[in-house]
Amino acid sequence: MVDLTHGADGHAAPGHDEELELYHPTNWVTKYVFSQDAKVIAIQYGLTATAIGLVALVLSWLMRIQLAYPGLLAFIDADHYYQFITMHGMIMVVYLLTAIFLGGFGNYLIPLMLGARDMMFPYLNMLSYWIYLLAVLVLAAGFFVPGGPTGAGWTLYPPQAILANTPGQQWGIIIMLVSLMLFIIGFTMGGLNYVVTVLQGRTKGMTLMRMPLTIWGIFTATVMALLAFPALFVGALMMLFDRLLGTSFFMPSIVAMGEQLPTGGGSPILFQHLFWFFGHPEVYIVALPAFGIVSDLISTHARKNIFGYRMMVWAIVVIGALSFVVWAHHMYVSGMNPGFGFFFATTTLIIAVPTALKVYNWVLTLWRGDIHFTVPMLFALGFIVTFVNGGLTGLFLGNVVVDVPLSDTLFVVAHFHMVMGVAPILVIFGAIYHWYPKITGRMLDATLGKIHFWVTFLGAYAVFFPMHYLGLLGMPRRYFEMGETAFVPPSAHTLNEFMTIAALVVGAAQMLFLFNLAWSLRHGKEAGGNPWRATTLEWQTPETPPAHGNWGPELPVVYRWAYDYSVPGADRDFLPQNDPWPGEPAPAPDTAVAEGAR
Amino acid sequence: MSVILIFLLAIVAVMLWWLWRQGLFSKPWLEVGVVGGMAAPAPSPSQVARIGLLVFLVVVGSLFALTVSAYLMRSALVDWRAPPLPGILFANTFALLVSSLALQTAKVGARRGDLDSVRTGLLAGGFTALVFLGGQLFAWRQLNAEGYYLASNPANAFFYLLTALHGVHVAGGLVGLGRVTRKMLRGAGVAELRLGVDLCATYWHVLLLIWLVLLGLLTGRIGEFVAICRQLLT
Amino acid sequence: MLIAIILALVVVGSVLFHVLSPWWFTPIASNWRYIDDTISFTFWITGVVFAVVVLFLAYCVWRFRHQPGRRAAYEPENKRLETWLAIVTGIGVAAMLAPGLVVWGQFITVPAGASAIEVVGQQWQWAYRLPGKDGQLGTADTRAVTAENPLGVNPDDPKSLDDVIVQGGELHLPVGKPVALLLRSIDALHNFYVPEFRAKMDMLPGSVTYYWVTPTRTGTFEALCAELCGVGHPYMRGTVIVDTETDYQAWLDQQQTFEQMLAPATTSALE
Repeated sequence: MVDLTHGADGHAAPGHDEELELYHPTNWVTKYVFSQDAKVIAIQYGLTATAIGLVALVLSWLMRIQLAYPGLLAFIDADHYYQFITMHGMIMVVYLLTAIFLGGFGNYLIPLMLGARDMMFPYLNMLSYWIYLLAVLVLAAGFFVPGGPTGAGWTLYPPQAILANTPGQQWGIIIMLVSLMLFIIGFTMGGLNYVVTVLQGRTKGMTLMRMPLTIWGIFTATVMALLAFPALFVGALMMLFDRLLGTSFFMPSIVAMGEQLPTGGGSPILFQHLFWFFGHPEVYIVALPAFGIVSDLISTHARKNIFGYRMMVWAIVVIGALSFVVWAHHMYVSGMNPGFGFFFATTTLIIAVPTALKVYNWVLTLWRGDIHFTVPMLFALGFIVTFVNGGLTGLFLGNVVVDVPLSDTLFVVAHFHMVMGVAPILVIFGAIYHWYPKITGRMLDATLGKIHFWVTFLGAYAVFFPMHYLGLLGMPRRYFEMGETAFVPPSAHTLNEFMTIAALVVGAAQMLFLFNLAWSLRHGKEAGGNPWRATTLEWQTPETPPAHGNWGPELPVVYRWAYDYSVPGADRDFLPQNDPWPGEPAPAPDTAVAEGAR
Repeated sequence: MSVILIFLLAIVAVMLWWLWRQGLFSKPWLEVGVVGGMAAPAPSPSQVARIGLLVFLVVVGSLFALTVSAYLMRSALVDWRAPPLPGILFANTFALLVSSLALQTAKVGARRGDLDSVRTGLLAGGFTALVFLGGQLFAWRQLNAEGYYLASNPANAFFYLLTALHGVHVAGGLVGLGRVTRKMLRGAGVAELRLGVDLCATYWHVLLLIWLVLLGLLTGRIGEFVAICRQLLT
Repeated sequence: MLIAIILALVVVGSVLFHVLSPWWFTPIASNWRYIDDTISFTFWITGVVFAVVVLFLAYCVWRFRHQPGRRAAYEPENKRLETWLAIVTGIGVAAMLAPGLVVWGQFITVPAGASAIEVVGQQWQWAYRLPGKDGQLGTADTRAVTAENPLGVNPDDPKSLDDVIVQGGELHLPVGKPVALLLRSIDALHNFYVPEFRAKMDMLPGSVTYYWVTPTRTGTFEALCAELCGVGHPYMRGTVIVDTETDYQAWLDQQQTFEQMLAPATTSALE
């Protein structure tokens, strides 16, 4: 983290102070393993995130089986169940979604879409991935240490996170905190790159308002992450002090199992503030890249410019800024000063307005479009439905008094899975179907893709839509088993079984997707450079997959915004950003130095 | 959490101002062709590094603003018993101040092409920064000897946490400074050192500023100041 | 074509599920009918928005599907339309927020006349403390907890001696009387949640939180813990019985006071 001076300094090769050096791999290891090429790093991020995500997927199966058929799998006891929910949540939110959107798509798309040759600090970028991998490995090690991973819930609330009778108190919690801190350090290195590349790496003609919304989303999310992750870092550090050094940052006087603990004077709610100061922006750190990507998918596959581009950009910026003043809506019933509820309910509902405008603009982009039902388009449509659904239930939970009966029930679980689980993951799938041809040069199989889409979309909807109603009934979340409860009718149990079966089917469909990824690598249809006839720069590279350095001897020059589809008068229904139509290409730049390729 | 919110407000204001200047209200679909106001076609590495450091310092600022926010939230409760500050902290502050000034001298020297002042500045800056770190360790030992242990109460724990966080950042800076110094000792010319010296100096100034804020916080001066502001407002 | 139909079916299915769902709020037993009303109101607004947006989406998907020779319109933005949409959305959001804030104001303001009852959570059971004859609760502190004094009530506080302590039993409440529940925990976080009351609030070790309700009908209700508090979280149940005033008094008179609890030996000798 503090190594920045050396990383930056290390690149100014002696005697060439004013030129950017492009890193050159010399052998197989530096080309594919310790690579400093953002595209390779992106794939490394993507594969690692997918691998750990699969672990979280399996954990969700085990949880769903336990909920529908308690005792069916004998090895799932309460300890294990709480360890599963904790790891599932943390992996999905941080190690999968954040990593794949920013580390994966960010790394791949930022240089390509902006017409840069690479990230601005390639060495730091490589380090970022390896620290991320280390964080993932440390996290996974939690399954193998004595006592297993922590079972404190993904929110890691103290004091129970460090109380002796919480599973994983021995090692699991330490490992979790250390892994999170590593993740944040690694992310900061990557994040610096993304921000500085957007600020400095844009090619000639690429003004901010000509950037595709994907870049806007990733850029804003990165800025937010850089500002918000320190909150988790401090919180984790303080809790690590509490656990290892016996301090009492978050530990009040406690009597655990009949014994007075030596702690005292700490404030558990302080942790909640720090956690959610990170945790709420985190929701948008995942959502904003998804917003950006889905805008581009819709525009490309509907052959129409994104409707209200400026409004879309402003909305991203406004949502990003506002998301820092809504964190305590996760804490309405946490016992904080109840007066805060008025403020946070208001800010939370204000955020609904720019978010709603984005939804309208996606739908209005389809209006009078020329909609091709490609697999990415299907996923984008699925995203709109699930996001609208999840966003609207957010209006329940954000409205402070409505949250009171619903918080800590399955309604909340259903809401956040719909809005920041299913919706962003549908975008990730859509994005993979969309950019796979650029990454590999081959198309993913469309038939398998359509099956994958319908099972995933309808299945996930069938899991999480009915779940809201169990929450309305009053079923609390994080219950290992419901047991005999007077107000829960037997039919609720049948519904639980239905949701579990749907979840297992959805999970199985992902295997189809993985198969498709592997199979198409060799047997997919040859894609060519621009199979979707898209306008953005990454489709205009001289080679597919793009070579190291992305562009040929000369960087592309940008003449127009990213959404010139179906322009009246043009002979094609798309005009790439580097197409000077109706003008002439600009003369070549004066000096070769301007290209930065060495 | 007001400290972090004020910090963020400042950051957001700067960003919005910058976005505004970048033509956030332009209509890009009407502007076909090469337009002005674009980023320089070939960013110079020194500028990239400077901006990188700036962004990193914002992250560091956010980290400390959050820790200070947590400190203020906790210290507002009635049972807060701040430990007495070891006097050596003020000597340490002086050392860090000298360190910062020395690096500023080196920076100015590097601009002028004066290798001697670069050398003096780097060595003096590095040495005084080490003195600062040693002094901080000594302060910890002194507190420990007087019975103000890390785990005795939250006020003590916050003292150790804040000083440790800051110390780690100084130590990290020393790694960077060490690399520049090594380059210099191996006979690099002023031109090659300029960027490194420049970045180190900026980093040092910010760390000094953060330390002064922390010192104000720990001595309670900032708490009094905030209380006065609050009274003025109400 | 098929896609448009399926999208429309998603809307129809969701609405049907909502209407036919047997899983709905438990019959309310407190004064917080306002909360239910606010939720129903929010359901109406959001339900209409969901149906309209997704049906419109389905229509667009069907109407503007790719056909040979089709070309999309070129329409970068429409300021008037966007402004109108923003205004309408803003009004809708404000319509949901305003009643929410008003009811929240009531929720956090304990009426004058409400009696105070303390609920103490610990892994994984509930205990209750009710004011005795003096009508006031004595002070308490986690550090005072011992085997004999499991709630940590301050024995030196004259107000606490007559406090009624219910350990591991049922909590009775009189119907129709506002009661403020003061929530305290001595170990992890907990949350005292009776679904029929609609209200809930976390318990934080080291501080006292609260909410208030007026039970509106007699009956027996189950209390659950609604904040993850360790592996026993699902088993942390309690029973709340809402009584008529006379039944309540009869129950209250049978309970032991703090003084009796401190000196069980003496008390039994006297009997």
